[in-house]
Amino acid sequence: MIRASHRQPGFAAAMVHRISGVALAIFLPLHFLALGLALRGAEAFDTFLAVTRHPAVKLAELGLVVALAVHMTLGLRVLAIEFLPWRDRTAVTVSVCLGMAFVVGLLFLLNAA
Amino acid sequence: MTAVLFIAQRASAAVLAIAVTAHLATIIVAVRSGLSAAEVAARTHGNTALLILYSVFVLAVAVHAPIGLRNVLREWTAWRGRSLDVALGLFGVLLMVLGLRAALAVFLA
Amino acid sequence: MVAAMPIAHAQYLQVEVWRSAAAGHFQTFRVPRRENQTVLDVVTEIQREQDPTLAYRFACRVGMCGSCAMVVNGRPRWTCRTRVDVGLGTAAMLRLEPLRNFTVVKDLAVEMSAFFDKWRDAKGHFEPGPSPPRDFAVVPPASPQRQAADAGIECIGCGVCYAACDVVAWEPAYLGPAALNRAWTLVNDVRDAGSAARMEAVAAGAGCHLCHTHMSCTQFCPKGLAPTYAIAGLKRATVARALRRRP
Repeated sequence: MIRASHRQPGFAAAMVHRISGVALAIFLPLHFLALGLALRGAEAFDTFLAVTRHPAVKLAELGLVVALAVHMTLGLRVLAIEFLPWRDRTAVTVSVCLGMAFVVGLLFLLNAA
Repeated sequence: MTAVLFIAQRASAAVLAIAVTAHLATIIVAVRSGLSAAEVAARTHGNTALLILYSVFVLAVAVHAPIGLRNVLREWTAWRGRSLDVALGLFGVLLMVLGLRAALAVFLA
Repeated sequence: MVAAMPIAHAQYLQVEVWRSAAAGHFQTFRVPRRENQTVLDVVTEIQREQDPTLAYRFACRVGMCGSCAMVVNGRPRWTCRTRVDVGLGTAAMLRLEPLRNFTVVKDLAVEMSAFFDKWRDAKGHFEPGPSPPRDFAVVPPASPQRQAADAGIECIGCGVCYAACDVVAWEPAYLGPAALNRAWTLVNDVRDAGSAARMEAVAAGAGCHLCHTHMSCTQFCPKGLAPTYAIAGLKRATVARALRRRP
């Protein structure tokens, strides 16, 4: 059971922001290593890319794209609260942030997956 | 979190806002119907501007991610103090080294 | 307080109250439902009619002092200004706990000194300076600084925001929303002479930069204040200060 003071948009936003950030931080070194494979030549890279066509990998990629998008949109919300004289209506703003992130995910699914 | 870390975090965030938007756009628009080494190389090979942009991206991430993780670890685990800062500093260096290597890899590809 | 007549079809309210004896546990009481009953009425009735050993705080009873703050069904609020039906929400019974993030003295009464120590540490007090002013300060009420100060000046130190704050729970040294909100009002007080020490205090490791804008403080403040935005102001001020020092 989630306590009442946590059942509100500001906290949910912070948790999504935090979890997506940690996920991205864990993923990044792996991403860099994968790209570094290009150093070993196109063949090595293509072999790796073949692996990424697996649907499970595509799903993970979708998750990462959404994570990146949501981390950015919620981060921009934080920057706006901190540096602009902006009074957000939290529930609305957070919903917009999440919505935009899902749109990005959808675009990814439709185009690049 | 000190003022210096805060500034570094927010400044790198601002840089990343631009870099990530561009990166997401690239992923969605440029990567259609599959991705191959040739396609990546076609875009990045010998592209100095892209190398510089990716390097800036990498440096911003190498600053931003460890500071964020520092907050999370300090607040959600018992780990704090100098050892945490050193570990995260090393993580930042790791990100920078691997990231610049990756940027170089696609530049040379 | 004279109890209002119980409402005709004598409903009873089930109340779970935190008792701090031994390892701590909830004790269940049954209190008649009354019209316009507040949670404070309920606690008072329990203590006076059923269990005189129950410890709790109140003073003004009318939403001016903040002494009666406690956690009602998971939400930190003033019990004198919380009607029972509002406090219940959709729940069937009332659950009363002491304010979170404070050390419990007994039952529903908490130790407030750490809260006020942080107020002091954040330099949340007016500093007149070495010599008294020669005349009244002229502060236009509509000036941006005075408006910023006015937006946060009504704080009565009830501790609800501090109880709601997750960062206070996760980082015990964090100065907290109330102390920082007060510091911001003083940063904007043109008569104050203590800005150097205050900026130092709020820019330190346990200061304003720890705020992650969960906005629980703003959500729960019974006076409708917004410590989140006061802390954002402090963040901007500390950034400006840091950049001035190292161009």
